[in-house]
Amino acid sequence: MGRVIDIQNLSKRYGDTVAVDGLSFTVRPGRVTGFLGPNGAGKSTTMRMALGLDHPTGGRALIDGRRYRELADPLRRVGAVLEAGEVHPGRSAYGHLLWMARSNRIPASRVREVLELVGLEKVARRRVRGFSLGMTQRLGIAAALLGDPPVLLLDEPVNGLDPEGVRWIRNLMRGLAAEGRTVFVSSHLMGEMALTADHLVVIGRGRLLADTSTREFIEANSHSRVRIRTPEPERMRRALAAAGVRVRQAADGTLEAYGTEAARVGDLAAASGLAVHGIGMETASLEEAFMRLTGEGTAAPDSGDGADHRATGSDTGDGADHRATGSDTGDRADHRAAGPRSGERRAGRRG
Amino acid sequence: MSVVAARAVLAAEWVKIRTLRSTVSILLLGAALSAGPGYLLGLSFSGNFAGMSRERPDSPDLLFATFYSLTIGQLPLVTFAVLAVGGEYASGTIRASLTAVPRRGAFYGGKMLAVALTALGVAAVAVPATFFAAQAGLGPYGMSLDAAGVPQAILGSCLYLTLICVFAAGVTAMLRSSTFSLGILLPLLFLGSQGLGNIPQVKAVTQYLPDQAGMVIMHLTGPSGDPNFGRPYGPWAGMGIVTLWAAAALVGGYLTLRRRDA
Repeated sequence: MGRVIDIQNLSKRYGDTVAVDGLSFTVRPGRVTGFLGPNGAGKSTTMRMALGLDHPTGGRALIDGRRYRELADPLRRVGAVLEAGEVHPGRSAYGHLLWMARSNRIPASRVREVLELVGLEKVARRRVRGFSLGMTQRLGIAAALLGDPPVLLLDEPVNGLDPEGVRWIRNLMRGLAAEGRTVFVSSHLMGEMALTADHLVVIGRGRLLADTSTREFIEANSHSRVRIRTPEPERMRRALAAAGVRVRQAADGTLEAYGTEAARVGDLAAASGLAVHGIGMETASLEEAFMRLTGEGTAAPDSGDGADHRATGSDTGDGADHRATGSDTGDRADHRAAGPRSGERRAGRRG
Repeated sequence: MSVVAARAVLAAEWVKIRTLRSTVSILLLGAALSAGPGYLLGLSFSGNFAGMSRERPDSPDLLFATFYSLTIGQLPLVTFAVLAVGGEYASGTIRASLTAVPRRGAFYGGKMLAVALTALGVAAVAVPATFFAAQAGLGPYGMSLDAAGVPQAILGSCLYLTLICVFAAGVTAMLRSSTFSLGILLPLLFLGSQGLGNIPQVKAVTQYLPDQAGMVIMHLTGPSGDPNFGRPYGPWAGMGIVTLWAAAALVGGYLTLRRRDA
């Protein structure tokens, strides 16, 4: 059981708010495992519990079969990048890495090595106060790699980075996984994870929604729909439903048909003698599929397509129904700015 | 936990202290604010004695004149102790600290020991410096190192400064905030230095406050047996009282750290 992160029925409750709700999954070595969920889904809380920073309300998180707290010299076993801002602004990059090295009996020469690895050797003696967000993230990565650990946990490492920095971290993570390490990285960006992760653990409102390979996830979730504009939507809906096509009416009065093709819809309309003003194929983006799955989507059908991957799928469609008008977008941006805690509260209120 | 691992934690905490300009400068300030005013107070007392009488004043008053500046010099030292703990929370370093040293007792023990040893080290320099500066100021009235009460007062001052720093660090670990801790500790310490603790209505309680008890050994709380300023306990009992305060704060801080999420 070396190099494995084992989350067993993990729960965290803040008062009445449930941040993490009976989560169980295993993260294996040799691949990048993406930990995906909207902000406030409980990703950071789960990672903090895995690192022994937060006390679980129930269940446990094991690394190499042991609790993090029981590891001797843990920085040599597990490297972690938490949210930016765990470095004292008055300390230099070198000073920060040096105390970490001392605490786990890592030689000071390794501090210089990791500073070069992340490209901070020139600013190593400067105080962190003046660092850009990108430099701070690189320092966080340097700290995680300090003990040359076989297991890495990274919480939103690409947040706020420029495209070059994003690519650098992506390549670094893939390289570390190729060396046989366990790489567990959280993100709220489906597109980023599709590029980086081999395997996905998707959570929403603290519960497991999917634990599957990235390819399977994409195949199962990025499906298309047919949009129909017709003066008789009610009859059209009945005609399609009678033919076994799943259909729903969008806010603008058009119909959306799932699991079918434009030609078939056209044939069915003709057979029923219905006028059609417009008909066309639309392909749902991966991001949209992810939002639908996590119950954060804007206009999701009551689709059963993702059900195989959902442990607790019942409230997904439920949540979507309340937000058929697409007004949720701004809201999501708000709690992205406010950070994961406010998101957790929001999730709790809804759940 | 092995001795090697414990030493590693202590070494890490020492690196944290010495790699922050703010903690280094505040420690230097503590030493300077002890010795500098010590000299000036000596000068001032010397002038008063010269005007009052020919005969040498009692040694207790001279001890007071010598060590009174420590009531000022202790403030930067206490601030150091508060920042050493509170800075972890303000900057978020606490999460990195507990990731590196996840056993909270080990982290806490290393942190507190580093603070205590640093405070003791600074006191071991600042207290003798204050003594000699004050004697230089007192001029002809100055005492020698082996005068009655002097060795005890020097030892007591070093112990007191260390214990009050441990107390401050423990309080900060309970409150998890430098601002709140300083807001409580500084008025508490000014209470003593401004003599407000001797107001008869509150003295029954305030004489057991950590600084009031710990300073008896430096004769800073007034002559023993004096109805207004005297204490119902001796200098070493006073040191015992401040030790109890420090121990209580240490335990409180540990329980807070153990229970709370980081």
